Amino acid sequence: MTLIDLANPTRFLALSARVLPWLAAATVILLTIGLYQSAYAPDDYQQGATVKIMFIHVPNAWLSMFVWGVMSVASLGTLVWRHPLADVAAKAAAPIGASFTFLALLTGSLWGRPMWGTYWEWDARLTSVLILFLMYLGLMALWRAVEDPSRAARAAAVLTLVGAINLPIIKFSVDWWNTLHQPASVMRMGGSTLDKAFLIPLLVMAVAFTLLFVTLHIAAMRNEILRRRVRSLQMMQASRIAFSSDVGTGSRQENASKGAA
Amino acid sequence: MMISLGPYASFIVTSYAAAAIVVAILIGWVVLDYRNQTQRLRELDRSGVTRRSGRSAVDTP
Repeated sequence: MTLIDLANPTRFLALSARVLPWLAAATVILLTIGLYQSAYAPDDYQQGATVKIMFIHVPNAWLSMFVWGVMSVASLGTLVWRHPLADVAAKAAAPIGASFTFLALLTGSLWGRPMWGTYWEWDARLTSVLILFLMYLGLMALWRAVEDPSRAARAAAVLTLVGAINLPIIKFSVDWWNTLHQPASVMRMGGSTLDKAFLIPLLVMAVAFTLLFVTLHIAAMRNEILRRRVRSLQMMQASRIAFSSDVGTGSRQENASKGAA
Repeated sequence: MMISLGPYASFIVTSYAAAAIVVAILIGWVVLDYRNQTQRLRELDRSGVTRRSGRSAVDTP
Protein backbone atom coordinates (compact mmCIF):
# COMPACT_ATOMS: atom_id res chain seq x y z
CA MET A 1 0.00 0.00 0.00
CA THR A 2 1.41 3.38 -1.04
CA LEU A 3 0.83 6.85 0.36
CA ILE A 4 -1.45 7.59 -2.59
CA ASP A 5 -3.69 4.66 -1.59
CA LEU A 6 -3.93 6.08 1.91
CA ALA A 7 -5.20 9.37 0.45
CA ASN A 8 -8.57 7.69 0.16
CA PRO A 9 -10.43 8.52 3.42
CA THR A 10 -12.26 5.16 3.46
CA ARG A 11 -8.94 3.27 3.19
CA PHE A 12 -7.47 5.51 5.88
CA LEU A 13 -10.41 4.70 8.18
CA ALA A 14 -9.93 0.97 7.57
CA LEU A 15 -6.17 1.02 8.16
CA SER A 16 -6.31 3.34 11.19
CA ALA A 17 -8.96 1.13 12.83
CA ARG A 18 -6.45 -1.74 12.72
CA VAL A 19 -3.44 0.33 13.86
CA LEU A 20 -5.04 2.39 16.66
CA PRO A 21 -5.36 -0.34 19.35
CA TRP A 22 -1.65 -1.24 18.90
CA LEU A 23 -0.59 2.40 19.09
CA ALA A 24 -2.69 2.97 22.21
CA ALA A 25 -1.21 -0.12 23.88
CA ALA A 26 2.37 0.94 23.01
CA THR A 27 1.65 4.44 24.38
CA VAL A 28 0.33 3.08 27.70
CA ILE A 29 3.31 0.71 28.10
CA LEU A 30 5.90 3.40 27.32
CA LEU A 31 4.18 6.00 29.52
CA THR A 32 4.12 3.53 32.42
CA ILE A 33 7.84 2.78 31.99
CA GLY A 34 8.66 6.49 31.59
CA LEU A 35 6.67 7.53 34.67
CA TYR A 36 8.27 4.77 36.75
CA GLN A 37 11.77 5.82 35.63
CA SER A 38 10.93 9.50 36.24
CA ALA A 39 9.66 8.76 39.75
CA TYR A 40 12.84 6.90 40.72
CA ALA A 41 15.33 9.18 38.91
CA PRO A 42 17.87 10.64 41.37
CA ASP A 43 17.63 14.23 42.59
CA ASP A 44 19.80 16.78 40.79
CA TYR A 45 22.63 18.17 42.91
CA GLN A 46 21.43 21.76 42.30
CA GLN A 47 17.70 21.47 41.56
CA GLY A 48 16.86 18.62 43.94
CA ALA A 49 13.60 16.77 43.18
CA THR A 50 12.25 19.58 40.95
CA VAL A 51 14.28 17.99 38.13
CA LYS A 52 11.33 15.54 37.88
CA ILE A 53 9.29 18.36 36.26
CA MET A 54 11.75 18.16 33.35
CA PHE A 55 10.42 14.69 32.38
CA ILE A 56 6.98 16.19 31.74
CA HIS A 57 7.97 19.70 30.63
CA VAL A 58 10.55 18.86 27.94
CA PRO A 59 8.44 16.28 26.00
CA ASN A 60 5.55 18.77 25.92
CA ALA A 61 7.85 21.58 24.79
CA TRP A 62 9.30 19.37 22.01
CA LEU A 63 5.82 18.32 20.91
CA SER A 64 4.52 21.90 20.87
CA MET A 65 6.97 22.57 18.02
CA PHE A 66 6.78 19.10 16.45
CA VAL A 67 2.98 19.31 16.07
CA TRP A 68 3.27 22.70 14.35
CA GLY A 69 5.88 21.08 12.06
CA VAL A 70 3.40 18.28 11.23
CA MET A 71 0.73 20.90 10.53
CA SER A 72 3.15 22.79 8.27
CA VAL A 73 3.86 19.65 6.18
CA ALA A 74 0.10 18.99 6.02
CA SER A 75 -0.44 22.61 4.93
CA LEU A 76 2.00 22.09 2.07
CA GLY A 77 -0.06 19.02 1.17
CA THR A 78 -3.20 21.20 1.11
CA LEU A 79 -1.73 24.07 -0.92
CA VAL A 80 0.61 22.22 -3.31
CA TRP A 81 -0.76 18.70 -3.78
CA ARG A 82 -4.37 19.18 -2.58
CA HIS A 83 -4.04 15.89 -0.74
CA PRO A 84 -7.52 14.81 0.48
CA LEU A 85 -6.30 14.05 3.99
CA ALA A 86 -3.86 16.97 4.36
CA ASP A 87 -6.30 19.54 5.73
CA VAL A 88 -7.96 16.84 7.83
CA ALA A 89 -4.53 16.14 9.39
CA ALA A 90 -3.80 19.84 9.96
CA LYS A 91 -7.19 20.56 11.55
CA ALA A 92 -7.09 17.48 13.81
CA ALA A 93 -3.57 18.30 15.07
CA ALA A 94 -4.28 21.89 16.21
CA PRO A 95 -6.16 21.23 19.49
CA ILE A 96 -3.64 18.52 20.45
CA GLY A 97 -0.70 20.85 19.72
CA ALA A 98 -2.38 23.65 21.70
CA SER A 99 -2.77 21.29 24.68
CA PHE A 100 0.91 20.28 24.60
CA THR A 101 1.96 23.93 24.33
CA PHE A 102 -0.29 24.85 27.25
CA LEU A 103 1.30 22.06 29.32
CA ALA A 104 4.82 23.20 28.32
CA LEU A 105 4.01 26.74 29.50
CA LEU A 106 2.31 25.60 32.71
CA THR A 107 4.93 23.05 33.78
CA GLY A 108 7.72 25.46 32.78
CA SER A 109 6.14 28.09 34.98
CA LEU A 110 5.81 25.62 37.88
CA TRP A 111 9.47 24.64 37.41
CA GLY A 112 10.55 28.28 37.11
CA ARG A 113 9.06 29.43 40.43
CA PRO A 114 11.33 27.34 42.71
CA MET A 115 14.40 27.56 40.38
CA TRP A 116 14.27 31.16 39.08
CA GLY A 117 12.11 32.69 41.80
CA THR A 118 9.40 33.67 39.31
CA TYR A 119 6.53 31.99 37.47
CA TRP A 120 6.97 34.12 34.37
CA GLU A 121 9.59 36.28 32.67
CA TRP A 122 9.09 38.07 29.36
CA ASP A 123 12.26 36.59 27.87
CA ALA A 124 12.68 35.37 24.29
CA ARG A 125 12.01 31.63 24.86
CA LEU A 126 8.96 32.02 27.07
CA THR A 127 7.45 34.79 24.95
CA SER A 128 7.98 32.94 21.64
CA VAL A 129 6.30 29.79 23.07
CA LEU A 130 3.39 31.93 24.33
CA ILE A 131 3.06 33.33 20.78
CA LEU A 132 3.00 29.73 19.48
CA PHE A 133 0.17 28.93 21.90
CA LEU A 134 -1.80 31.99 20.76
CA MET A 135 -1.24 30.99 17.12
CA TYR A 136 -2.69 27.53 17.84
CA LEU A 137 -5.78 29.19 19.36
CA GLY A 138 -6.05 31.56 16.38
CA LEU A 139 -5.87 28.65 13.96
CA MET A 140 -8.60 26.75 15.84
CA ALA A 141 -10.78 29.89 15.78
CA LEU A 142 -10.19 30.23 12.01
CA TRP A 143 -11.31 26.64 11.40
CA ARG A 144 -14.51 27.32 13.34
CA ALA A 145 -15.15 30.69 11.71
CA VAL A 146 -15.21 29.47 8.09
CA GLU A 147 -18.08 27.06 7.40
CA ASP A 148 -16.77 25.50 4.16
CA PRO A 149 -13.90 23.13 5.19
CA SER A 150 -11.99 23.46 1.89
CA ARG A 151 -11.96 27.29 2.08
CA ALA A 152 -10.98 27.17 5.75
CA ALA A 153 -8.21 24.70 4.89
CA ARG A 154 -6.50 27.05 2.43
CA ALA A 155 -6.63 30.04 4.80
CA ALA A 156 -5.42 27.89 7.72
CA ALA A 157 -2.61 26.42 5.58
CA VAL A 158 -1.26 29.89 4.75
CA LEU A 159 -1.45 30.93 8.42
CA THR A 160 0.28 27.71 9.50
CA LEU A 161 3.16 28.17 7.03
CA VAL A 162 3.62 31.81 8.08
CA GLY A 163 3.55 30.72 11.72
CA ALA A 164 6.29 28.13 11.05
CA ILE A 165 8.75 31.05 11.06
CA ASN A 166 8.30 31.02 14.85
CA LEU A 167 9.78 27.48 15.18
CA PRO A 168 13.47 28.37 14.57
CA ILE A 169 12.95 31.51 16.70
CA ILE A 170 11.81 29.30 19.61
CA LYS A 171 14.63 26.79 19.07
CA PHE A 172 17.47 29.34 18.82
CA SER A 173 16.03 32.04 21.12
CA VAL A 174 18.26 30.79 23.94
CA ASP A 175 21.35 31.24 21.72
CA TRP A 176 20.40 34.51 20.02
CA TRP A 177 19.26 36.41 23.11
CA ASN A 178 20.25 36.57 26.74
CA THR A 179 17.44 34.59 28.39
CA LEU A 180 16.57 33.22 31.80
CA HIS A 181 15.84 29.87 30.14
CA GLN A 182 18.75 27.45 29.99
CA PRO A 183 20.36 26.67 26.58
CA ALA A 184 19.77 23.34 24.78
CA SER A 185 21.12 20.39 26.76
CA VAL A 186 19.90 17.37 24.77
CA MET A 187 19.80 18.27 21.05
CA ARG A 188 23.05 20.18 20.70
CA MET A 189 26.35 20.02 18.83
CA GLY A 190 28.78 17.92 20.85
CA GLY A 191 26.06 15.68 22.35
CA SER A 192 23.84 15.82 25.40
CA THR A 193 25.09 17.38 28.64
CA LEU A 194 22.58 15.36 30.68
CA ASP A 195 23.66 12.41 32.77
CA LYS A 196 22.24 9.04 31.67
CA ALA A 197 20.23 8.85 34.90
CA PHE A 198 18.16 11.79 33.60
CA LEU A 199 18.60 11.35 29.85
CA ILE A 200 17.10 7.82 29.60
CA PRO A 201 13.81 8.61 31.45
CA LEU A 202 13.57 11.85 29.47
CA LEU A 203 13.93 10.06 26.12
CA VAL A 204 11.44 7.35 27.15
CA MET A 205 8.92 10.03 28.15
CA ALA A 206 9.58 11.93 24.90
CA VAL A 207 8.89 8.81 22.81
CA ALA A 208 5.82 8.00 24.95
CA PHE A 209 4.36 11.50 24.48
CA THR A 210 5.13 11.36 20.75
CA LEU A 211 3.25 8.05 20.52
CA LEU A 212 0.42 9.65 22.51
CA PHE A 213 0.29 12.45 19.94
CA VAL A 214 0.28 10.00 16.99
CA THR A 215 -2.53 7.96 18.61
CA LEU A 216 -4.67 11.00 19.43
CA HIS A 217 -3.97 12.55 16.04
CA ILE A 218 -5.07 9.48 14.08
CA ALA A 219 -8.20 9.17 16.25
CA ALA A 220 -8.99 12.88 15.78
CA MET A 221 -8.43 12.55 12.00
CA ARG A 222 -10.95 9.68 11.91
CA ASN A 223 -13.46 11.90 13.73
CA GLU A 224 -12.85 14.75 11.28
CA ILE A 225 -13.44 12.44 8.29
CA LEU A 226 -16.71 11.26 9.88
CA ARG A 227 -17.70 14.90 10.61
CA ARG A 228 -17.22 15.76 6.91
CA ARG A 229 -19.22 12.68 5.91
CA VAL A 230 -22.06 13.83 8.21
CA ARG A 231 -21.88 17.32 6.69
CA SER A 232 -22.05 16.09 3.09
CA LEU A 233 -24.91 13.67 3.89
CA GLN A 234 -26.84 16.44 5.65
CA MET A 235 -26.36 18.66 2.57
CA MET A 236 -27.61 15.81 0.34
CA GLN A 237 -30.61 15.37 2.62
CA ALA A 238 -31.34 19.13 2.57
CA SER A 239 -31.07 19.30 -1.25
CA ARG A 240 -33.43 16.29 -1.60
CA ILE A 241 -36.00 17.97 0.66
CA ALA A 242 -35.64 21.23 -1.30
CA PHE A 243 -35.98 19.34 -4.62
CA SER A 244 -39.05 17.37 -3.51
CA SER A 245 -40.75 20.51 -2.17
CA ASP A 246 -39.96 22.29 -5.48
CA VAL A 247 -41.48 19.36 -7.44
CA GLY A 248 -44.51 19.37 -5.10
CA THR A 249 -45.04 23.11 -5.49
CA GLY A 250 -44.55 22.84 -9.28
CA SER A 251 -47.17 20.07 -9.68
CA ARG A 252 -49.64 21.92 -7.44
CA GLN A 253 -49.22 25.06 -9.54
CA GLU A 254 -49.68 22.97 -12.72
CA ASN A 255 -52.91 21.44 -11.33
CA ALA A 256 -54.14 24.85 -10.21
CA SER A 257 -53.55 26.35 -13.66
CA LYS A 258 -55.34 23.36 -15.31
CA GLY A 259 -58.27 23.84 -12.95
CA ALA A 260 -58.45 27.54 -13.73
CA ALA A 261 -58.44 26.78 -17.46
CA MET B 1 10.16 2.56 48.34
CA MET B 2 8.68 6.02 49.08
CA ILE B 3 9.52 8.84 46.70
CA SER B 4 10.82 11.93 48.48
CA LEU B 5 9.92 15.14 46.64
CA GLY B 6 11.50 17.62 49.05
CA PRO B 7 10.27 21.15 49.83
CA TYR B 8 8.90 21.77 46.32
CA ALA B 9 6.63 18.71 46.23
CA SER B 10 3.54 20.84 45.48
CA PHE B 11 5.13 22.18 42.26
CA ILE B 12 6.09 18.67 41.09
CA VAL B 13 2.73 17.09 41.95
CA THR B 14 0.81 19.99 40.33
CA SER B 15 2.85 19.58 37.11
CA TYR B 16 2.12 15.85 36.83
CA ALA B 17 -1.54 16.31 37.86
CA ALA B 18 -2.03 19.04 35.24
CA ALA B 19 -0.50 16.83 32.55
CA ALA B 20 -2.77 13.93 33.59
CA ILE B 21 -5.88 16.16 33.51
CA VAL B 22 -5.06 17.66 30.09
CA VAL B 23 -4.30 14.21 28.59
CA ALA B 24 -7.56 12.85 30.10
CA ILE B 25 -9.49 15.77 28.55
CA LEU B 26 -7.89 15.09 25.14
CA ILE B 27 -8.78 11.37 25.32
CA GLY B 28 -12.33 12.22 26.47
CA TRP B 29 -12.73 14.75 23.63
CA VAL B 30 -11.62 12.20 20.99
CA VAL B 31 -13.86 9.42 22.37
CA LEU B 32 -16.96 11.63 22.80
CA ASP B 33 -16.48 13.22 19.38
CA TYR B 34 -16.30 9.75 17.77
CA ARG B 35 -19.52 8.69 19.56
CA ASN B 36 -21.22 11.93 18.50
CA GLN B 37 -20.27 11.55 14.81
CA THR B 38 -21.23 7.85 14.60
CA GLN B 39 -24.55 8.67 16.32
CA ARG B 40 -25.29 11.39 13.73
CA LEU B 41 -24.37 8.98 10.90
CA ARG B 42 -26.74 6.36 12.35
CA GLU B 43 -29.56 8.92 12.47
CA LEU B 44 -28.92 9.87 8.83
CA ASP B 45 -28.88 6.19 7.88
CA ARG B 46 -32.25 5.69 9.63
CA SER B 47 -33.72 8.61 7.68
CA GLY B 48 -32.71 6.84 4.43
CA VAL B 49 -29.78 9.04 3.38
CA THR B 50 -27.04 7.02 1.69
CA ARG B 51 -23.59 7.94 0.42
CA ARG B 52 -22.99 8.58 -3.29
CA SER B 53 -21.23 5.20 -3.45
CA GLY B 54 -24.53 3.65 -2.36
CA ARG B 55 -23.00 2.46 0.92
CA SER B 56 -24.72 2.96 4.24
CA ALA B 57 -23.90 6.19 6.12
CA VAL B 58 -22.73 4.18 9.12
CA ASP B 59 -20.42 1.95 7.07
CA THR B 60 -17.26 3.01 8.95
CA PRO B 61 -14.37 0.61 9.42
